[in-house]
Amino acid sequence: MEFLQPPFMQRALLAAVLVGVIAPAVGIYLVQRRQALMGDGIGHIAMTGVGLGFLLSTSPVWMATAVAVVGSIVMELVRWYGRTRGDIALAMLFYGGMAGGVLLINLSDTGSNANLTSYLFGSLSTVSSEDITAICLLAAFVLLVTLGLRRQLFAVSQDEEFARVTGLPVRALNLLIAVTAAVTVTVAMRVVGLLLVSALMVVPVAAAQQISKSFKVTFVLSVVIGTAVTLAGTVTSYYQDVPPGATIVLLAIGVFVVLTLLATPLARRRARSSDTVSAECTLEGETPEVPAARPATNGVRV
Amino acid sequence: MPEPESTQPDPVIALRGATATLGARPVLRGIDLTVHRGEVAALLGANGSGKSTAVRSVIGQVPLTGGSVELFGTPLRRFRSWARIGYVPQRTTAASGVPATIREVVSAGRLSRTKLGLLRKADRAAVDRAIALVGLADRAGDSVSALSGGQHQRVLIARALAAEPELLIMDEPMAGVDLASQEILAETLREQVASGTTVLLVLHELGPLEPLIDRAIVLRDGCVMHDGPPPKAVGQHALPGHDHVHPHAASEPVRTGLLT
Repeated sequence: MEFLQPPFMQRALLAAVLVGVIAPAVGIYLVQRRQALMGDGIGHIAMTGVGLGFLLSTSPVWMATAVAVVGSIVMELVRWYGRTRGDIALAMLFYGGMAGGVLLINLSDTGSNANLTSYLFGSLSTVSSEDITAICLLAAFVLLVTLGLRRQLFAVSQDEEFARVTGLPVRALNLLIAVTAAVTVTVAMRVVGLLLVSALMVVPVAAAQQISKSFKVTFVLSVVIGTAVTLAGTVTSYYQDVPPGATIVLLAIGVFVVLTLLATPLARRRARSSDTVSAECTLEGETPEVPAARPATNGVRV
Repeated sequence: MPEPESTQPDPVIALRGATATLGARPVLRGIDLTVHRGEVAALLGANGSGKSTAVRSVIGQVPLTGGSVELFGTPLRRFRSWARIGYVPQRTTAASGVPATIREVVSAGRLSRTKLGLLRKADRAAVDRAIALVGLADRAGDSVSALSGGQHQRVLIARALAAEPELLIMDEPMAGVDLASQEILAETLREQVASGTTVLLVLHELGPLEPLIDRAIVLRDGCVMHDGPPPKAVGQHALPGHDHVHPHAASEPVRTGLLT
């Protein structure tokens, strides 16, 4: 447990655990809505925030949060009103955000491309205690939303039209998911970097759903996987000279592959054990719609 | 056609002079539709006749360009007691991008009866009852993605029944459902109607539901062509095996995600 000694490592591990928990917790709703790449889009937009932070000499984390939240709201508005060319509008937003970030950071005196790289790919070892405070606050908000409103968010992500008829404030909940995703992106920015944020939101969920059949189990399992890979990746990068962000993402993909390979025999075993049950609940047993045979009316035999 | 005299002061659904457009094309061109308590009304018509739009405008999914909607005597704009309505949207699947069990999906239909989304013991019992009503009790813990088309429809109907609604609105609940499952759905509906539920449903053909239906409203090109007892099916449409391909609503989730 030597890696627990240096203070920078304690901060890094704390940040990694928080991100490992909240990224899949938000990601599961995005995957459920089939918006798996939304996190990636928000990550691109957050770059403009980072650039703006350098230019105005304010904290890039808070600036990125502000810009990402605004960007996610704009994306949600595009989804409501711009039905036909929604994907084009989103593409504009993604690449505009990226280009804006590069431009702004080069305009500023303090920023350089080297600085930008630490946000693009994460730099766990430079997480400061102020960063930790920000990360803890934002992570608490994300957890509160994703756990406290899980039933509402599940309903909205499962079937928006139905959710509206149950009287749920669908637009408000959609905005909440978008804002929560934006906050998660900026929290995870220091750990895995903006370009790999989306992976941590999506891959643990994808891995978990290989072997689970309920939303609840998928949720818990993806958070466990997320935490495990972020911790393992951080510790690995302490002993080996590898970038933590990339290590974490590759580990997550490794878990996905392993669980996918495990899924097939598991499903087969499950099918075998439920064979006895399904034999009793076939439709034919409940409604004999086809009479066994029509009585011959004129004594004709075959 | 004059509305039948009713002893009830407020009809459950009152659609007056409803007009709606999709893009620039008028889909509804002045529809009057009144459904009274305990009635089972079917909206019939060819593809593109506006029957789905009519039903979706009743619950505010399609904005009206003219006319008015009242639910239980309250204008739609001020209507808040959504727990009184059970809605079965036009879907071919109850699944989404993440696995979910039948119980989890049906529980979403109970949210309108809960405070802050907390499911109490009575709510869980209602969910289990709704699942039992559609004959899926022994599979409540199974993933919806492992179900057949007919079973998907049964899950969607159980979800609508979980709130124990007074009014059931169903958009093509029989689409893509084999005859055996249609019989089960008809039986479920019969029990609901017997307990006093009002039903408005969109149908492409009457099928096994025919004996249940009090009234048929036939639409053509966004206008009401017939309002009265259900017409007898004729020709090819009367055959039990008659199949059709129906268009899917634009709002139906499209499988575009990378991970599905």
